[in-house]
Amino acid sequence: MTPVPFAYRRATSVQEAISLLTEHGEEAKAIAGGHSLLPIMKLRFAAPELLVDLGGIPDLDHIRVEGDEMVLGALARHSDLELSALLREEVPLLAHTAGLVGDCQIRHRGTLGGSVAHGDPSADLPATLVALRATVVVDGPGGRRTVPVDHFYTGFLETALAPDELVVELRVPRTGDAPWGYQKFRRRGIDWAIVGVAYQSEPGAGGIGLVNMGPTTLRAAAAEEALRAGADPAQVAALADQDTAPVGDASGSPEYRRHLARVLLSRALAGRNSS
Amino acid sequence: MTESTETVTLDLTVNGRTHQVELEPRELLVDVLRERLGLTGTNLGCETTSCGACTVLVDGRSVKSCTMLAVQGQGRDVRTIEDLADGEVLHPVQAAFQRCHGLQCGFCTPGMVMASVSLIDEGRATDEQSVRAALKGNLCRCTGYQNIVAAVLSAAQEIEADR
Ligand SMILES: Cc1cc2nc3c(=O)[nH]c(=O)nc-3n(C[C@H](O)[C@H](O)[C@H](O)COP(=O)(O)OP(=O)(O)OC[C@H]3O[C@@H](n4cnc5c(N)ncnc54)[C@H](O)[C@@H]3O)c2cc1C
Ligand code: FES
Ligand code: FES
Repeated sequence: MTPVPFAYRRATSVQEAISLLTEHGEEAKAIAGGHSLLPIMKLRFAAPELLVDLGGIPDLDHIRVEGDEMVLGALARHSDLELSALLREEVPLLAHTAGLVGDCQIRHRGTLGGSVAHGDPSADLPATLVALRATVVVDGPGGRRTVPVDHFYTGFLETALAPDELVVELRVPRTGDAPWGYQKFRRRGIDWAIVGVAYQSEPGAGGIGLVNMGPTTLRAAAAEEALRAGADPAQVAALADQDTAPVGDASGSPEYRRHLARVLLSRALAGRNSS
Repeated sequence: MTESTETVTLDLTVNGRTHQVELEPRELLVDVLRERLGLTGTNLGCETTSCGACTVLVDGRSVKSCTMLAVQGQGRDVRTIEDLADGEVLHPVQAAFQRCHGLQCGFCTPGMVMASVSLIDEGRATDEQSVRAALKGNLCRCTGYQNIVAAVLSAAQEIEADR
């Protein structure tokens, strides 16, 4: 299972990576951990002519506090997030979610930036970033810009990124020990979520992100509104699947997924986490 | 683009030795280890990041070498099962697999052992449940896992005691 031939450049800085992507346009692709890109290249569903490797860019895997936010570098690996004592203290929902991605080996390679940029609605971290109302920091030929996560996902595997833009950082509020819950429902430990629900109570009256309930990562807006209005948890959970569009596949029908979303939200609201 | 069939010269450090290999960027680390460096201790099972038979250490952490390009290994320290024993003296994890009967056919074993070295080092071998969770990316069709988990816990105890 070898991908078709491609050219390879190893970027040593964000600027160099952006220049290479600008120069080669749609034929070029960035590669970080490669754990979403390589599997589809091996199956020959993707055949970029040039891979721009971000893996050698120094100082892009930071996990640090800035004011009332945590700032996380795009190259921080899932295992870095999972095992960071600082992140576990400051944003436990995010550290917990990172620990549920794939298996240890996958978490040693896959990166936060790659997971965010890939735009897969069945990925775990984006739903948590929706619950946290994160900001995506993007860099490109026109300079840096910030995109609220709600405006980042535009379609199935589609994002607000131009082909020559990179995710460089994620910014999330420091939630400390405010209540949260993450529920990932799957048949086997190594599977992707059939449905997942991320819940964070602060800041504001709370955010709820949904995994695999439509073509993109979704916000459970109706449930959030009920929560803000002071509805009881059962009423909130009953609204989990409102305005969603889950697909039916071998893992379950759309109705099954809607049912799961409601059940999983009620568990997440109670602060119960899957392991 | 005409450059897409290019080959590159890669300095790849495996088991403490730096090899200069000329290869295509599309070559997977597992294939380079097995076919070019002759390190066939690393097995290739599923080729789809599912079974863990191809697990090696990159900078001390377990990685599935079927889902990493060899060129991504540039400047990193790759370690395979061949480098674990010190001459005739087995690594504590290898010794524990032998002692606890943590293998039958042995196909999954190199990957299991490398994954275990990494998870013990990360402090994940605290109890049976954490070992099972940390090994979920490694499949074994023979043992039923019971003795593998026992081996990892036993090795972890020994390594901890030696610290
Ligand atoms: C067997 C298996 C199981 C998995 N299970 C799960 C799971 O349960 N939950 C889950 O959430 N994920 C899962 N994953 C996916 C894993 O989390 C990936 O690591 C992650 O989605 C992508 O990160 P990466 O660094 O590997 O990205 P890559 O594969 O390197 O890149 C993915 C895409 O993002 C682009 N990209 C990468 N970095 C950047 C950047 N900084 N800026 C702009 N674009 C960028 C690339 O061009 C590419 O299009 C699994 C993967 C495998 C192989
Ligand atoms: S061969 Fe790499 S995980 Fe199975
Ligand atoms: S010992 Fe045979 S597959 Fe594990």
